Amino acid sequence: MSGVRVLVGTRKGAFILTADGKRDRWTVNGPFFAGWEIYHLKGSPADPDRIYASQSSGWFGQQVQRSSDGGKSWEPVGKEFRYAGTPGTHQWYDGTPHPWEFKRVWHFEPSLDDPDHVYAGVEDAAIFETRDGGASWKELAGLRDHRTGSQWTPGAGGMCLHTIVIDPTNPDRLYVAISAAGAFRSDDRGQTWKTITRGLNSRYIPDPTAEVGHCVHRIALNGKRPGVLFMQKHWDVMRSDDAGDHWHEISGNLPTDFGFAIDVHAHEPDTVYVVPITSDQEHFPPEGKLRVYRSRKGGDEWEPLTKGLPQKDCYVNVLRDAMAVDTLDSCGVYFGTTGGQVYASADAGDSWAPIVRDLPAVLSVEVQTLP
Amino acid sequence: MIRVELPPALRALAGVAREVRLELAAPVTARAILDTLEARYPVLRGTIRDFATERRRPLVRFYACRRDLSHEPLDTPLPDAVARGEEPFLVIGAISGG
Repeated sequence: MSGVRVLVGTRKGAFILTADGKRDRWTVNGPFFAGWEIYHLKGSPADPDRIYASQSSGWFGQQVQRSSDGGKSWEPVGKEFRYAGTPGTHQWYDGTPHPWEFKRVWHFEPSLDDPDHVYAGVEDAAIFETRDGGASWKELAGLRDHRTGSQWTPGAGGMCLHTIVIDPTNPDRLYVAISAAGAFRSDDRGQTWKTITRGLNSRYIPDPTAEVGHCVHRIALNGKRPGVLFMQKHWDVMRSDDAGDHWHEISGNLPTDFGFAIDVHAHEPDTVYVVPITSDQEHFPPEGKLRVYRSRKGGDEWEPLTKGLPQKDCYVNVLRDAMAVDTLDSCGVYFGTTGGQVYASADAGDSWAPIVRDLPAVLSVEVQTLP
Repeated sequence: MIRVELPPALRALAGVAREVRLELAAPVTARAILDTLEARYPVLRGTIRDFATERRRPLVRFYACRRDLSHEPLDTPLPDAVARGEEPFLVIGAISGG
């Protein structure tokens, strides 16, 4: 029988949650790397037992852990992320030049066909790749060398490259998002990049429609229609129908269009999920009600999903990498909160139940659908 | 035999006990200790000092014999009591919340 493995990164370690295809009885394993921040774990599409984990600490820096047995055992691999050439400067919060300094890995994106080939999104924003299973990392410097690089500024969480999406039908095509620079697309496996920000409107930058400066929180797509992208921006939920060349707003009737996470149903390209958050100052759900909103029409019209979620006194956040979907039928949806809960829905969001309630603050959630 | 005490996070990472013992020739310096430690436990590279600059990471401190040696040049000989193995060389994660 098929099953799922949910990979959870938290402020104080990693956890692996497993269930069979019914997704109603869960086994919780962990903490792995207890006491360390685990910004992200992700498995290889080519070999689900190969998992990469970003382990970091403000005291002791970056580690990269690799598992080849589905998370039962781990080995440290290469952790040197050196910017190519002389890194130069980007803009600091106050607009003054600030040197590029590596802080941590926010996101791993294993390639579609090779478990040893992985992209890494890091803070300060850059994309690296390994082709030897993590033993060594090389910057794809075409991104940071983009003519706008010196204008990029950090968001509240730092200047992080937090989203890497590979077009599942075309591995030459990559999308990345950077807070607070914007979104970029490569059509040559990361060698060169173009901004894909036309149509974004951000009132917190001097020119709201500037090419860069937009705090893009997350981008998601469905592989059946890979040219259609959905974006949760600092404010605004956006959609592009041409691989990012143009965007239009689809916030519609959402109670607030601020938020972090966004994802798309595995089988229905027009079914999109977001978790509205009150504002950039109030990082908790409106009215203390934790509601996932689902659109079945590709945006604009949204319905609240509340069954099984707390509907009073709830003041947690759902961070940008903390939502994922499985590929079972019906599609499972998962998200984690800064209060340490991981919720799962085995019916595409109609109802929810917590897998666990009391983990450290959840930074990321990924799910693997196992044969 | 030089005694080095590591913070809990690094003990877990390297799979070692609270205290690591290293054989070092004189003069015993912080650099010699770190070089030997990282050679024996490569997973510790980059955790105490930067890979490239070899500067102590900002939230790591070095103590010995009730003194803060964090700001001493790495090549300064350590106190005799450390060199004789009577006192440990302490690698500390600074108190900074978390």
